[in-house]
Amino acid sequence: MRLASTAARPSPAFRTPILHACLWLTALAAGSAHADGFPEPGQIGFEEAVTPIAHEMHFFHDWILLPIIVMISLFVLGLLAYVIFRFNEKANPVPSRTTHHSTLEVIWTVLPVMILVVIAIPSFRLLAHQVIVPEPDLTVKVTGKQWYWTYNYPADQGGGFEFDSYLIPESDLKPGDIRLLSVDNEAVVPVGKVVRVLMTSADVIHSFTVPSFGIRIDAIPGRMNETWFKAEREGVYYGQCSKICGQGHAYMPIAVRVVSPEKYAAWLVEASKKFASTNAAPIHLADSGAQSVDQR
Amino acid sequence: MATTTLDHQEHAHPTGWRRYLLSTNHKDIGTLYIIFALVAGVIGAIMSVLMRMELQEPGIQIFNHLAQIINAASPETAVDAAKNLYNVMITAHGLIMIFFMVMPALIGGFGNWFVPIMIGAPDMAFPRMNNISFWLLPASLTLAVISMFAEGAPGMMGFGGGWVLYPPYSGNTGAPGPAMDFLILSIHLAGASSILGAINFITTIFNMRAPGMTLHKMPLFAWSVLVTAFLLVLTLPVLAGAITMLLTDRNFGTTFFDPAGGGDPLLFQHLFWFFGHPEVYILILPAFGIISQIISTFSRKPVFGYLGMAYAMVAIGIVGLVVWAHHMYTVGLSLDTQRYFVFATMVIAVPTGVKIFSWIATMWGGSISFRAPMLWATGFIFVFTVGGVTGVVLANAGIDRAFHETYYVVAHFHYVLSVGAVFAIFAGFYYWFPKMTGYMYNESLAKAQFWVTFIGVNLTFFPQHFLGLAGMPRRYIDYPDAFAQWNQISSYGSYISGIGLVLFFYLIYDAFAKKLLAGNNPWGPGATTLEWTLSSPPPFHQFETLPRIKDLEH
Repeated sequence: MRLASTAARPSPAFRTPILHACLWLTALAAGSAHADGFPEPGQIGFEEAVTPIAHEMHFFHDWILLPIIVMISLFVLGLLAYVIFRFNEKANPVPSRTTHHSTLEVIWTVLPVMILVVIAIPSFRLLAHQVIVPEPDLTVKVTGKQWYWTYNYPADQGGGFEFDSYLIPESDLKPGDIRLLSVDNEAVVPVGKVVRVLMTSADVIHSFTVPSFGIRIDAIPGRMNETWFKAEREGVYYGQCSKICGQGHAYMPIAVRVVSPEKYAAWLVEASKKFASTNAAPIHLADSGAQSVDQR
Repeated sequence: MATTTLDHQEHAHPTGWRRYLLSTNHKDIGTLYIIFALVAGVIGAIMSVLMRMELQEPGIQIFNHLAQIINAASPETAVDAAKNLYNVMITAHGLIMIFFMVMPALIGGFGNWFVPIMIGAPDMAFPRMNNISFWLLPASLTLAVISMFAEGAPGMMGFGGGWVLYPPYSGNTGAPGPAMDFLILSIHLAGASSILGAINFITTIFNMRAPGMTLHKMPLFAWSVLVTAFLLVLTLPVLAGAITMLLTDRNFGTTFFDPAGGGDPLLFQHLFWFFGHPEVYILILPAFGIISQIISTFSRKPVFGYLGMAYAMVAIGIVGLVVWAHHMYTVGLSLDTQRYFVFATMVIAVPTGVKIFSWIATMWGGSISFRAPMLWATGFIFVFTVGGVTGVVLANAGIDRAFHETYYVVAHFHYVLSVGAVFAIFAGFYYWFPKMTGYMYNESLAKAQFWVTFIGVNLTFFPQHFLGLAGMPRRYIDYPDAFAQWNQISSYGSYISGIGLVLFFYLIYDAFAKKLLAGNNPWGPGATTLEWTLSSPPPFHQFETLPRIKDLEH
């Protein structure tokens, strides 16, 4: 499946091959492509971007920041190398006494300022796009808890239910599941719609992250944070809790399934039944003896 | 002893253990600080190698055994205890390296030893306060170690919420046990120690400079410690206030940080980072000072753009005080707040760039002798540049959204601190070791240690950029299998760095065993600061007649 999708659109691995090759100076990683919504072995770049914000972030990093910082680092390295070979005590036995050069000092103050301006313009534009939430098509409320996430779909949008999303333990993994990323109940959202995420916590601080969407927002008790995404492609996109929250910190992943609007509508109906019934399930104790008390 | 006034000296200084426990001598106290930093550094380094061993492969294979040893966990509970122990260890590693390794080495150690000498003073302004500044630290470290063995989160030993101590995890919600209280008291003591030390440095530098030693003639290391001391005095009381509020939240029913009582967890983060961000400059500014001295000495040239270098540090200090919320881009700050902190943070790149280029300009045209200290200093410029440019990346809130709390951040701050500041510590150690002990170290061994460490740390931390780009969160004991490759390489790198550390201790042993005399000035005509005019080691009290400073070249 992934092969087909890679062929269908230009992979970022092809967009920036020269950049990466000279940047990271590693042949090992050259073949690594970016995965859909989850990391791949040996990856040296971002995960695949599937929202306008993530595209903008990747462009900003891969084409503006990365070339600039690599050039600066190589420039400093080059100067050091020159100094080491040209001005070592064998090559240059008599040191100069120069300690001032006003023009040079002005240049190396002003030039960095100009570089920073070049960085700042797209940076501030990106920031505004991230923080200003457009008119949402639907809202999902997420609550971080030690150590799982609760997703709440509001009733006025066809929801009216909430469910908990736990990591699938290693012993229960099925083929196709990803260790430490796959969850029992994925959040489901429709493709191409603006989804507003409301974020809070019931205990300590957690952080909700989905790299492919370019979102990361802290879940803080007593506060309601918000962010947004508009997924362009169907698929399952994973993330992990990003604020240390105790011994289960590494074990509360995030999985968001992006589906077509039709499938989403069908899922809403199904989920309303499934999760409404689990919430209000009557407990049957009488028929199967004492053992069933332990079962939820 | 090398001084002439023997009888005066004999009753002036106690011997044996009293010489150190009751010391009021800046050089003895400096030595204590350096020994303390070495001990704490070894503890912190062992912790980091243990963590890298755990992360070498996906899954949990080291800490479950460690938890059975350290926490006396049973085999059934070992995995859960391991997850907690890992968090406890990242917390302890951070706090130990910052408060008990880098700060004591750079400020307490080299600062105490060489700031009075460089400004031509006989000692620090408040010698007894200097003593208590040091002796609070072992007490503080003891409390931190006790904390690791007290209950933190329910049923778990130690506090595992990271060195940032964010509530509610550090409050009764997350860690109701006494481990966190021990840690708060430990940080109180370490903070008090640093504040006292900072007051001492400021007073000494302002009032005890030798005749003719104006501020604008003062060596850059003394400048760096002066700026650092101001940062400490301005920010540590804020941290002390924050953790005191946390202490009363935990024990006396206040709700400063508890939303249930109208408090706000974010208030703590603001207060913490008001200290925490200047703290990183507190760690790196003295390193800047040391690097400036060393580059000038071994290039046999005065520092290029002396005034620019001094005021760049002042500028970094001032701007460093108003950028704290760039650690908090993901907490839900308003757009304008984020814009301000992006702007202010990027400004810091300018004076930092001035420093990098001025160091290279100091080397330019010089006659550079690449002795071990100079190797470390040259290495510092490169690794600090690499760590610095990723800092510019992270300053942008828009892209920090991708990197916050990932290994990219870990790589960034280890490049500037674990590699940068530590390179400066090694540079300073080799530079002043002959002065402090009178003995010369083995140059080939020292160079070998540099190259082993240089390769080791780059192998450790460079691949972590890739992990961060791929989205691997930090503070994770276990990770999806896709991250295995770079983690493995990173772990191998840390083992190589560990070998470098072993070499270092062998080198110290070797120098004391061989007792090769260094002479007053082993570095030649480039070493122009006052410490090189004294004997090696310097007399117990130097400058009983104050030196007169003639017009130095800058």
